[in-house]
Amino acid sequence: MTEAVAMPGGVVASDAERRDLPAWRLLLARPTFVVGALILLFWIACALFGTAIAPHDPLAQQLLGTNRPPSGAHWFGTDQLGRDVLSRVIVGAQSILIVAPLATVVGTVLGTALGLALGYFGGAVDLVVSRIVEAVLALPAILIIFMFVVALGVSTITQILVIGFIFTPLIARTVRSAVQVERQLDYLPAARLVGDRSFRIMFVEILPNVLPTVVVEFTVRLGYAIFTVATLAFLGFGPQLSTPDWGTDISANYALLGAGYWWETLFPALAIASLIIAINLVADAIDRVVAG
Amino acid sequence: MTATEEAAIPGPAAEPQSAVQVQHLDVSYRVRGRDRLALRDVSFQVGRNESYGLVGESGSGKSTVALALTRYLPRNGRVSGGSIRIGGRDPLVMNAAELRDLRARSVSMVYQEPGKALNPSIRVGRQVAEVYEVAGIGRADAIERSEAMLRKVQISDAGQVMQRYPHQLSGGMAQRVVIAMALAAEPELLILDEPTTALDATVEAEVLELIAGLREQLDTSLLFISHNLAVIAKMCDRVGVLYAGELIEEGPAQELFDQPRHPYTMGLLRCIPRQGQRKDHGRLDAIPGFLPAPGDEITGCIFAPRCPIAEQRCREAAPPAFDTGPGRTSRCYLHEETAHLPRNTPVDVQLSSPPRDAQPVIKVRNLAKTFTSRGQAVPALVGVNLDVERGETLGIVGESGSGKTTLARLLLGLIAPDAGSTIELAGQQLSADLKRRTDDQLKALQIVFQNPDSALNRRHTVRQLISRPLATLAGLSGSALAERLTDLVRSVRMEPRHLPLRPRQLSGGLKQRVAIARSFGGGPRIVVCDEPTSALDVSVQAAILNLLADLQAKEQVTYLFISHDLGLVRYLSDRIAVLYLGRVLELGPAERVFSGPHHPYTEALLSAVPSLDGQRTERIRLTGEIPSPANPPSGCVFHTRCPRRLTTGICESTEPPLAEVEPGHLMSCHIPIDQLATLQGTERT
Repeated sequence: MTEAVAMPGGVVASDAERRDLPAWRLLLARPTFVVGALILLFWIACALFGTAIAPHDPLAQQLLGTNRPPSGAHWFGTDQLGRDVLSRVIVGAQSILIVAPLATVVGTVLGTALGLALGYFGGAVDLVVSRIVEAVLALPAILIIFMFVVALGVSTITQILVIGFIFTPLIARTVRSAVQVERQLDYLPAARLVGDRSFRIMFVEILPNVLPTVVVEFTVRLGYAIFTVATLAFLGFGPQLSTPDWGTDISANYALLGAGYWWETLFPALAIASLIIAINLVADAIDRVVAG
Repeated sequence: MTATEEAAIPGPAAEPQSAVQVQHLDVSYRVRGRDRLALRDVSFQVGRNESYGLVGESGSGKSTVALALTRYLPRNGRVSGGSIRIGGRDPLVMNAAELRDLRARSVSMVYQEPGKALNPSIRVGRQVAEVYEVAGIGRADAIERSEAMLRKVQISDAGQVMQRYPHQLSGGMAQRVVIAMALAAEPELLILDEPTTALDATVEAEVLELIAGLREQLDTSLLFISHNLAVIAKMCDRVGVLYAGELIEEGPAQELFDQPRHPYTMGLLRCIPRQGQRKDHGRLDAIPGFLPAPGDEITGCIFAPRCPIAEQRCREAAPPAFDTGPGRTSRCYLHEETAHLPRNTPVDVQLSSPPRDAQPVIKVRNLAKTFTSRGQAVPALVGVNLDVERGETLGIVGESGSGKTTLARLLLGLIAPDAGSTIELAGQQLSADLKRRTDDQLKALQIVFQNPDSALNRRHTVRQLISRPLATLAGLSGSALAERLTDLVRSVRMEPRHLPLRPRQLSGGLKQRVAIARSFGGGPRIVVCDEPTSALDVSVQAAILNLLADLQAKEQVTYLFISHDLGLVRYLSDRIAVLYLGRVLELGPAERVFSGPHHPYTEALLSAVPSLDGQRTERIRLTGEIPSPANPPSGCVFHTRCPRRLTTGICESTEPPLAEVEPGHLMSCHIPIDQLATLQGTERT
């Protein structure tokens, strides 16, 4: 049994002090997290060191070897310009893994700040802004993004900002309801009584308590962001054609499916699917650990 | 069914002598891949028509006993040893049908939260009738019987109540409905798990009386589970004391509480302020230490680490159950020495009458607060006048909804009072808006909240939590702050090693110490204590009360002590204000308010409290529900429930002023004090 040490005044400091396992240990105990994280790490490695890992130059055209099926030399086959599909899939991780996370970060930061303010202050502002948020949520996100990208022109920055802005109200709504739960707790009046002002109460007192919600929201949104970025690329608002990109490559090759050249579409599509699944596995595990 | 199968089923057993027989019961919960024993070798029996009490602090395994009896243990829990017999049958070997039958006919349970036991979307009548229908009674008949049963639990307008939904019932009413449902099946055994803990004292008294009355009418055995020793003493014939999953002492209720034969029972009893004990009579005797965590490997007596008389043998081998008299057992080698158990806490009275300042530290005039709910004005506090002196403790009592917490929040500036209210701090008008109060004013008023889990930011460390007021209110930084932090931590009897921990790593008592340290950080003049111990166990509560009393003696701070526990209020308070529907009905020196003559409402509150001291005062029953503050009764707001209402009609028509009936003792009642004294059988001095 735990040792109880008598202290003056009759208090014993036995250890009712529970030492909980840190969050990362709990995460690693979940097979879904481990699988998701490994896939994610693989794609991150591809994004970082793609050109070094890729067996061929993803841009090198081989006009004599177009539309070749998977073989020992080209595991994933070659596309209509004779480029190595495997290499394009590996290097293609880069563009999507830049735009999607950055857009999600923008959305999460703005959404968290907005959600904190709405949940903390409540009242008329909350009422009005929440209605606007609901109006935005009622429209299909991809349509709005499409409109803005068309209006503002295709660039990585535009994509990041537009997706980020669209995510803001979504994330704000989730954070707001988490803040409203915190509002019921006495540590807020306790903070006011030591003279803390609203800004500090929101960001130092409340934010750490809603951070788990924010993390879950970030991972869930990241999955959507990948999907959105890929869709935009497929619709022709991705990087320039020659740059390896999963969405763009599918878009460029899917017409050839009818001719039986399935590998040119399947492998980039699998790449997108695996990345989204990986992120969802991680998100789900984090959500469960956060929920206890 | 064939004849052979029929023969295999045992016929109705010969009438067993006991309703419940538990022998050497072990229950373990599997947590993180390890079995942790929650009950160890627990044996007891409940006789036919007997009321047996299980008493213990949180984590002692009380509820686990109830769950094991009805096989409601959660999925990770299992009976790992011993046997259970209910009416001679073993629930552990029952199949699903038998188990359903056991729960439907033989055993009923009543839990702490009546609100959670009722289905919120089904009318009350339907829910009660269902119990009869399950027993095979026709629908019309079932409804008729339900109404009769609701009348039996003293619901006067039973027909009406049956049409309501659970949320339309008050807590006391809902618990009556739950009891009616539990009794509808005419069970052999009724298990009550903290049935009155969530209720107000006055309502608790009614429900307890109801249960006691029903016991006489019905042929039912009771297993009564509670942390409240006085409730158990009042309700039970025999008592078992559970500590960390072991039944450490057992015996007839009154005998056991009068002459405990186990140091733990003795310690628990000493934690409670009794027989009018007050802070200037000495400190309460707290039990040091904490319950062992479930699953801790224990050699020897489980209580030895906290026991003031533990010897070598206590730590080496677990004591068997010693026979300590007729029907009494104690698991203590030293059960004969329990009566002379040395105190854990020195008496240590610091008598100090603080120098009186020229003016009260806080002066409240015409303080009122009206909330608006669905367009309706709901006055929560009406025209309160109070003067509180430096170093004094003003106890504030009243049922829930009486405005205690509203008063506290108004003083602190957390909510704004109605126009016309004034609050003065040492002669200076206080702004209603917290942001407009000066740093000195902010510093002066602090609070210890009821629930430290809610009041402490769970993401901050103890260091962050306690340092904050030192930095903002006391304006300290660097080494000065560190020094004061260490002082403060020690003054609430914690150690610097607690500083890097977060609240969830601390026990309930330690958490409340952190909250107290924080409230004292800025050097306050007034600390509001809003039910500071109601979330804590009895043994921890005593230590916190001692701490509050010590800090007051040292810092000359004024307390506003809000509590529903009159024993605690009496222990700590110099003066007491009794609130009802947002009005002060009585205000006076603690001893006068308690000894009487007192306001009929105070009288009712006092007589509602079950006492451990045996001296049962004649109870005044409060009839009816607390009126809605949105529609307060005319005249005296208490007249609808007042047992001493005058027949002249003045109580209904005119609100009595809060007048001084004797020096320093104010009362709002039409009955002259001499007459009250006669009625209440108290003497005037």
